[in-house]
Amino acid sequence: MTLEIIGVFVLWTFLFGYLIVGSIDFGAGFFNAYSLLTGRQRILTNIIQRYLSPVWEVTNVFLVFFFVGIVGFFPKTAFYFGTILLVPASIAIILLAIRGSYYAFETYGFKGHKGYAFMYGMAGFFTPAALSIVLTISEGGFVNMVNGSPSLDYGALFKSPLTWSIVVLSLSSVLYISAVFLTWYANKAGDLEATRLMRKYALIWALPTIITAGGIMVELRSHNTEHYENMVDIWWAFALSLLLFIGSVWLLWAKRSYGLAFGLLAGQFLIAFFAYGFSHLPYLLYPYLTIYDSFTNEAMAIALIIAFIAGLALLIPSLYLLLRLFLFNKDYVRGNKKNHA
Amino acid sequence: MSEESVFFSRALTELTLSFHIIYATIGVGIPLMIMIAQWVGIKKNDEHYILLARRWARGFVITVAVGVVTGTAIGLQLSLLWPNFMELAGNIIALPLFLETFAFFFEAIFLGIYLYTWDRFENQKKHLLLLIPVAVGASFSAVFITIVNAFMNAPQGFDVVEGELVNISPLLAMFNPAMPTKVAHVVVTAYMTSAFVLAAIAAFRLLKGSNHIYHKKALFLTMKVGLVFSIATAIIGDFSGKYLAEYQPEKLAAAEWHFETVENAPLVLYGILDDGEVKYAIKVPFALSILAHANPTAEVIGLDQFPEDEIPPLYIHYLFNIMVTIGMSLVGLSGLYWLGTKLRWTFVNSRWYRLLIVLGGPASVIAIETGWWLAEVGRQPWILRGLMRVEDAATTSGHVDKMLILFAGLYFILGVGSVVVLTRMFRKNPVEREIEDRNVEKGGDIL
Repeated sequence: MTLEIIGVFVLWTFLFGYLIVGSIDFGAGFFNAYSLLTGRQRILTNIIQRYLSPVWEVTNVFLVFFFVGIVGFFPKTAFYFGTILLVPASIAIILLAIRGSYYAFETYGFKGHKGYAFMYGMAGFFTPAALSIVLTISEGGFVNMVNGSPSLDYGALFKSPLTWSIVVLSLSSVLYISAVFLTWYANKAGDLEATRLMRKYALIWALPTIITAGGIMVELRSHNTEHYENMVDIWWAFALSLLLFIGSVWLLWAKRSYGLAFGLLAGQFLIAFFAYGFSHLPYLLYPYLTIYDSFTNEAMAIALIIAFIAGLALLIPSLYLLLRLFLFNKDYVRGNKKNHA
Repeated sequence: MSEESVFFSRALTELTLSFHIIYATIGVGIPLMIMIAQWVGIKKNDEHYILLARRWARGFVITVAVGVVTGTAIGLQLSLLWPNFMELAGNIIALPLFLETFAFFFEAIFLGIYLYTWDRFENQKKHLLLLIPVAVGASFSAVFITIVNAFMNAPQGFDVVEGELVNISPLLAMFNPAMPTKVAHVVVTAYMTSAFVLAAIAAFRLLKGSNHIYHKKALFLTMKVGLVFSIATAIIGDFSGKYLAEYQPEKLAAAEWHFETVENAPLVLYGILDDGEVKYAIKVPFALSILAHANPTAEVIGLDQFPEDEIPPLYIHYLFNIMVTIGMSLVGLSGLYWLGTKLRWTFVNSRWYRLLIVLGGPASVIAIETGWWLAEVGRQPWILRGLMRVEDAATTSGHVDKMLILFAGLYFILGVGSVVVLTRMFRKNPVEREIEDRNVEKGGDIL
C-alpha cells in the first residue's frame, strides 16, 4: 500500500464518519422541526435533544478533520477545489454556522423557541445538498481551465441530472440514516410513541434512497464512463450493500432488533461509500487531479500519518467514554437523571 | 490576477478572523478559569466557587458555539480565498493544522461530557478531572494554529531549488524562530483577556446593586489571575519586540516609526504622522534600543533598509500604541486592586473603580484585536514573509465581494444572537436565585 492510498483511505474514513454522524444530526434537526409543524413535538423533541446535546460539537469536528486533512495530504486540492468551490462551500459554511450556533442558542438560551428550531431544521435540510455538490463536481465535466486557473461552469452543473440525483440521494439518505438511528435510540429509551413515529419515517425514506443510488450508477454510465466501468468491476460490493439494505429494512418492518438494523445500515453505507470511493480512484477531480500528482512530499506524509495514529490513540478511548456515558447509558437515554449543564 | 479579488479576499479574511478571535480567545482562556474556580472550590470546600465554575461553563457553551462555527468558516476560507497559499503551505505546514483539529476534537469530546455530568458525579474531584482535557485541548489548539501563523512570519524548514520546494522538514517548519514568542503571547493574552472579561461581569453585578459575597469572590479571583497573566503578557511582549528586531525588523520599524537606522534609538510613543512627519509624539531616549536589543546604545534597523514595496503600512503604529497602553493599564488596574484589597484600601471597592474594572473587559478584547491587526498588517505585503506576496495567493474567483456581504450578515446575526442569549441566560437566573434553588435541592446551607 502506498502512502497516497493510506492518505486517501484515512480521509475517506473520516468522511464516512461525518456521513453517519452528520446525517443523524441533520436528519434529527429536520424531524424536530417537522414535528413542530405537525404538532408532534412532544413525541420527538426530548429524544432528539438528549442525543444531540453532548455530541453536536464532535459531529462538526469530523468535517473539519476531513477538509484540513485533505489539504495536508493533497495540497493541490486547495488550488483546484478551493478556487471552484468558493460559492457552494461558503453557502455550506453559513448553513452549518446557523445550525451550530442556533442549536446552542436554542438549547441553552431560548428553550422551545419555534423560530430557531425551524431554522435549525431547514439549515440541516439544505446543508447536505450544498456539501454533496463536491461529489458531483469531482466526477468531472463541470470545470474549465481558464488561463491556468480552474473555473466552475454553474450552468452545466445546474442542468445536469447527475447533480440533482446526488442532491436527492444525499437528502433521502440523511433522513433514512437519521430515522433508523432514532428508532433504535427511542426504543432504547423505552419511548414507544417516538419509536413508532421514527420507524414509520425510516420505512418511508428507505425507498427513495435505494432508487436514487441505483439511478446515479446509470447516469454515471454516460457522464463518466471510466468511473462507471470501475464500479461495474466491483459490482459484488454494491450487491452486498444492497443485501444489507434489505436486511435492515426487513428488521424495521418486522419491528425487531433495531440495534442490528442500524448496524446493517452502517455496513450498507460503509461498503457502498468505500466501493464508490475506490472506483473513483485514482482521480480526486476527474480528469485534472489524481491522488498521485497531488500528493504531498514524503516527509510531510509520514509526519501526518504518525500524527494521525497518535491522535487516534487519544480519540478512540475518549469517544468510547462519550458513548458509554451518553449513548449507552440507560439512565441517561431514558432521562432518569438530571443531566443539564 | 484580479485586484478586486485580492482586495475582497483580504477584507473577508480580516472580517472573519476579527470576529472569530473574540470568541476564540475566550474559548482558550475560560476553560482554565473554570478549572481554577472548580479547584479553588474543592480546596476551600466553598460551594460559591463551584457555582462560579458552573455558571461560567454555561455561558461558555454559547461562546464556544460561535467560536466553533466561525472557526470552521476560517478553516475553509483559507482554501477558498487563498488557494495558492494553501497549496504551498499544505506541503510544509499541514502538520500543525492537522494537530489543531485533534486538539479541538479532544476538547469537544470532554466539553460535552463535562457539561452533561454536573449532577452525575457526587465527587467534585472527578468532575474537575474532566476539565483538564478541555483546558489542555483549548490551549493546544491555540498553540498549533499560532504555529501556522508563526510560520507565515518566519518560513523555514524547506529549500527552494529552481522554484521547487525540496528538503522539507515539517518539524523545522513548526519550530520556527517566531514560534516561541508568538505562541506564548497568544496563549497568555487569551488567559488574561478571559480573566478581565469575567472580572468585568462580576464588577458589573456589584455595580448594579448586588452585594453578594459570590460576586466579590469572583472579582478577587479573576483580578488576581488577570494580574498574573497581564504581567506575563508584558514580559513576553518584550521578548516579541526582541524577536522582531532580530528577524522581522521592518515590522518593528514600521510599528515604532523608526525611519533611519541609528544607534541609541529613541522610542516613539503616540503622536500622529502628517506628510511623513511625526507630530505630538513622546520620545523616550534609548528605549527602542533597549526594547530591541536590551542595550541602550545598540543599533536598530530602520525602514531605510527596505525597498519601498516591502514596507508595511505605517498606521500599525497606532495599533501598537493601543495594545500596549491597554495592556499596561490593566497591569496597573489589577495590581492596584489586589494590593488595595490586601491592605484594605477602600477606594478599590468604590463605584468609580468598579466602573474601571467593567471597562477593562472590553478594553482587553480591543487589545487582542489591535494586537492581531498589528501582527498581520505588519507582515504586509507578504503572506509568507520573503516568499509569497499576498496578491499572488488570492483566489481568481469573481464572487468574493458577494461572499463578503453574506458573511458580514452572518457575523452580525451571530454577534447579536450570542449577546442576547448570554444576557437573557444570566438575567433570568441570577446567582441569588440559583443558590436558593440549589439549597432547596440539596437541603444544604449555602450562604
